[in-house]
Amino acid sequence: MNDIYEGLAAAFWLVMTLDADLIEISLRSLQVSLTALVIASAIALPLGTLLAIRRFRYRRLTISLLNALMGLPPVVVGLIVYILLSRSGPFGVLGLLFTPTAMIIAQVIIITPLIASITHQAMRELWAEYHDLLISLNTSGRQRITTLILDGRRNLLTASLAGFGRAIGEVGAIMIVGGNIDNATRVLTTAIALETGRGDFALALALGFVLIALAIGVNIAIHWLSRTEREGRW
Amino acid sequence: MVTSILPLVLENTSVRRRGKRLIGPVDYALAPEGLTIIIGPNGSGKTTLLRVMHGVERISEGRVRWAVPDEHAQHHQAYVFQTPIMLRRSVGDNLRYPLHLVKTPRAETEAAVSDWLERIDLQDRMKLQATRLSGGEKQRLALARALIRRPQVLFLDEPCANLDGASTRAIEALLSDALAAGTRIVMTTHDLGQARRLASDAVFMLHGKIGASGPAPQFFDAPESAELGAFLRGDIVA
Repeated sequence: MNDIYEGLAAAFWLVMTLDADLIEISLRSLQVSLTALVIASAIALPLGTLLAIRRFRYRRLTISLLNALMGLPPVVVGLIVYILLSRSGPFGVLGLLFTPTAMIIAQVIIITPLIASITHQAMRELWAEYHDLLISLNTSGRQRITTLILDGRRNLLTASLAGFGRAIGEVGAIMIVGGNIDNATRVLTTAIALETGRGDFALALALGFVLIALAIGVNIAIHWLSRTEREGRW
Repeated sequence: MVTSILPLVLENTSVRRRGKRLIGPVDYALAPEGLTIIIGPNGSGKTTLLRVMHGVERISEGRVRWAVPDEHAQHHQAYVFQTPIMLRRSVGDNLRYPLHLVKTPRAETEAAVSDWLERIDLQDRMKLQATRLSGGEKQRLALARALIRRPQVLFLDEPCANLDGASTRAIEALLSDALAAGTRIVMTTHDLGQARRLASDAVFMLHGKIGASGPAPQFFDAPESAELGAFLRGDIVA
C-alpha cells in the first residue's frame, strides 16, 4: 500500500510543480493519440457507415474480418510497422522509424478496425430506422451516409472515444516503433513501462495517475463540447 | 407547367418473396386525377401495392410504367409511412431535409418551412426534437415533410391508424387541401368511414389481387362483388 501513497504524493507533487518532463511527455501522449484518433475516425466512420448501408459481394466477409481485426495484437502491429519503416524496409527512405509519426501510424492501424466496427453496429440500427424514408426521398448514396453520420453522431462519438481509450493506453506497438527515446518519442505509457522496469514505482504510479486523469479529462471535454447528454438532444 | 408523370400503369405485376406471392398478377391504371383509396383485409397486399407504385418494392413479374422515365417520376412522388419515421433532428430540420436534398435556395426553404409549420399547427415547436412529438403531431409532420417538395403524387399507408378523431380530422383537412392544389393521392385505410369521406375512386384488395375497383359512389353503394359487399358491411372476409 505504501507504494500507492507514495505514488499519489509523487503524482500530486509532479502535477503541482508542473514538472517539465511530465508536461512534455503528457502533451506528446495527447498529440500522438489525438492525431491517430482524428485520422482513424476520418477513415473508420464513413467506412463503418458504408458497411451498414451498402450491399456488396464480400460484405459479410469484410465485417467478420473487421471484427477480427479489433483484437489485433498491438505488439504484432508494432513489429510489422517497424519492418515496413526500417531502413531496409519499403518505406525506409522516409526515415520515419523512431518518430512520433511512426507511432501515429501504428495507432491508426490498431484503432481503425475498432472504431469502424462499433460504427457499423450503431449505424446498422439507425439505417434500419431510416431506410424506407431515405429510399422514398430518392437520396443518393452520399446523402445517405452524410445523413446517418450526422444523425448518429452520438453513437459515433462513443465509437471514437473507445478508439481513443485504446490508443492512449497502448504501449506495445509504440514502444517498438517509437523506441521510448527521451525528449523524442517518450509518452506516458512507455515511460511507465520504463520506470517500472527501473524500480521507480512512485514515479511510475504518478505517471499512471496522470494517464488516467488525462483519459477521463479528454472524454469529459469531448462530451461537453458536443453537448451529447444535454436534455432533448440526440 | 411541369409535365405530368401520370398516368401510372401496372401490367401483370406481381411480387414474390421467398416463394410466396404477395401480390399479383395485378393490372391497374392510375388515372391522372383524384384520390384513390385502397381497402382490404390485413395481408391482402395493400401496402405492397402502394410500395410497388412508389417504386420501392422490387417486382418479380410484369411492368410498372409512368408516363415519363422512372428517374424523372421518382422526383415527383412522396410517401407517408404507417409509422411516421422521424429524423433525429428538430421539427424544423425534419421539414428542411427534403428541400436540402434537392439543394433548394435557403430563403425559399425557410419560407416553405414556416408556411408548413403554420399549416400543421406546430409553429411553436420548430426547435423541438421531432422524436418527442405526440403520435398525431408526428403524423402531421410526416405529411408536411412529404408535401413540402410539392409532389405530383402522394402515397399514404394508413396515415390515420392509431390516431384519434381530432388528429384524423387534421390529417384529412391537409389531404383535402393537397387534393385541391392538384396533388394526386393514393392511400390505404382500414377506416371505411374515412374511405367514403375521401375517395373519388377505390380499389378493393383481396388475397393479393384486385377484387374490385371503380369510381367512388357506386363502389361503395353498389359493390360489384360479393366479397366487397361483405367487407363493406363489416363481415370478416378471409
